[in-house]
Amino acid sequence: MERADVIILGGGLVGLTLAIALDQYGLSSIVIDPADPSATLARGFDGRASAVSITSWRMLETIGVGAHLEGKGCPIGSIRVNEGLAPGGLSFEPDADEGPLGIMFENRQLREALRQSVLAAPNVTLMMPARPAHSERTAGGVEVRLQDGRTVSGALLIGAEGRQSPTRDAAGIRLARWSYDHTAMISTVNHAHPHGNIAYEIFYPAGPFAILPLLPAEDGLNRSAIVWTVKGSEAPAMLGLPERAYAAEIEKRMGGFLGQVTLCSPRSSYPLGFHHAAKITAERLALVGDAAHGIHPIAGQGLNLGFRDAAALVEVLVEGARIGLDAGDAQLLARYERWRSLDTMMVAASTDGLTRLFGIPGRTASLVRRIGLGAVARIAPLKQRFMDEARGQSGELPRLLRGVAV
Amino acid sequence: MNASTPIPATIDPAEAAHFGKLAQDWWNPRGSSAMLHRLNPARLSYLREQIDAHWQGDGTTLKPLSGKRALDVGCGAGLLSEPLARLGARVTGLDAAWENVAAARLHAEGQRLSIDYRCGGIEDLAAADGEAGSYDLVTSMEVIEHVADPAAFVAGLAAALAPGGLMIVSTPNRTARSRLALITLGEGLGMIPRKTHDWSKFLTPDELTGLMAAAGLRVLDRRGLDFMPTRGFRLSADCSVDYFLTAVAG
Repeated sequence: MERADVIILGGGLVGLTLAIALDQYGLSSIVIDPADPSATLARGFDGRASAVSITSWRMLETIGVGAHLEGKGCPIGSIRVNEGLAPGGLSFEPDADEGPLGIMFENRQLREALRQSVLAAPNVTLMMPARPAHSERTAGGVEVRLQDGRTVSGALLIGAEGRQSPTRDAAGIRLARWSYDHTAMISTVNHAHPHGNIAYEIFYPAGPFAILPLLPAEDGLNRSAIVWTVKGSEAPAMLGLPERAYAAEIEKRMGGFLGQVTLCSPRSSYPLGFHHAAKITAERLALVGDAAHGIHPIAGQGLNLGFRDAAALVEVLVEGARIGLDAGDAQLLARYERWRSLDTMMVAASTDGLTRLFGIPGRTASLVRRIGLGAVARIAPLKQRFMDEARGQSGELPRLLRGVAV
Repeated sequence: MNASTPIPATIDPAEAAHFGKLAQDWWNPRGSSAMLHRLNPARLSYLREQIDAHWQGDGTTLKPLSGKRALDVGCGAGLLSEPLARLGARVTGLDAAWENVAAARLHAEGQRLSIDYRCGGIEDLAAADGEAGSYDLVTSMEVIEHVADPAAFVAGLAAALAPGGLMIVSTPNRTARSRLALITLGEGLGMIPRKTHDWSKFLTPDELTGLMAAAGLRVLDRRGLDFMPTRGFRLSADCSVDYFLTAVAG
């Protein structure tokens, strides 16, 4: 039977990051995921992109993944928030010495870089594709039986399977969830004028419309990712539009300031919801990423929260191993739980508050929003807090997110 | 070993029976030893710090005790012995209650750790062949306040220490604060099993330092272990509740 310190269920962006970071400090892991990575990577660009906050980027650099991503991301130099196309929005611009607010990557590039790093990691055993059939957690350890008959064991089980985490559900961990009755439509566009490394968040009565700067693909054309939020009932009709009509709708919502727009990726969509696990640990179990919490992508913080989970869990487990504690030790899990639950709740609550503020239609609400935006702009500490949130710098930061080795 | 083993002089029979009852519950983090589980990270951090200081480690390795022998006296069901083994040491765990030893063996097996658990007192070990003066690290944490003859006990620990070896002992201080924390609150509120402690048997750091000096040991470091209800156990300069002494021979 194959044995490792931890068994990670889920080989997505967060699961692999965790495995790579643990490997750096000599902790072993087995990563199990039903997806076939060669098939996933062989597909072309699927239009998915992520804003990696500057703290998450520091971690990727510290654990060696950054080297595979050098020069592939588009730095976000500033963020502009606007109420519709009316003038007088908010602009978040860091001082020259502060560096970018985040970096935009195609998810495909992140997956490729993580795959390269994980294949070179001596303490990581990849079982992909492999499907877990049954897992058992006892006071002494954890054991996972795969559908192909293999069995693996370890000291700690980590649920990194995303929002539908079967491990979380099997552990009987309750989930607080509500949906927004909104759908986010994702696509990538080419546009005539350069984006100037600016990310835009434009709030329409139906929902936010985000333009996130990407580097040009091989064709050298200006390129941005679009996250367009509409009412759930309107999404099917929008997504059913021919490409050219869809692009024209995007151009209209941009107010034309990036010039002519054409689609350059497939479109995808997902209903927006918010979920938060009541607990993120149980006996010999820890949840990370969307398995623990899913938030509205309005501020692009879902993946970054997952990276923060990974960074905190790595720090807790590595420090535990250095004093001889077993990776499944209840005291270590209690520390992880304390550390993360407050932080995720804060980010989720503030993002949710932002969504509700901007999600209410009508003139009064619009006025409230305008005053709200103006207030944020005038109150320096509040503005700083928004920027820190975007950067991922709020709360007590795990060392990896400060770019410091554990 | 079994229950019919003759009871050595430094073991108080009432004490050994008491811990035997707790044996099965030892490894439950929410069981009767919950406080020990909670203080484990703090005391292990202190241990690691002293190990690195003594053997010039950098704090980031996973096996700083690799190639070393460690003796854990009053090991209970192995809360400290197992971490020592994971840090690379060849560990001997000694406990007066055979139920503890049985629980410890069972648990170590489940953790795939090879630990030599023995039932008995420190004088049994000294009597065994080749054991005297053979341990690079000797630990005895939260134990000396339970023994019948602390001076003989410390002398026994000192005799087990190899040349150049390190000894780390922890125990509650005999102060008004420790009585309040451990007995009035700890045992009174049920966080620590009743009758675990006899306050009058607690040693002050100066008294224990004296016993160590008498046994030919030199104390290198004295550190407090403080408890805050909100933050749990923390290492501290304040030795008034519980403290560690680190010593070497000579």
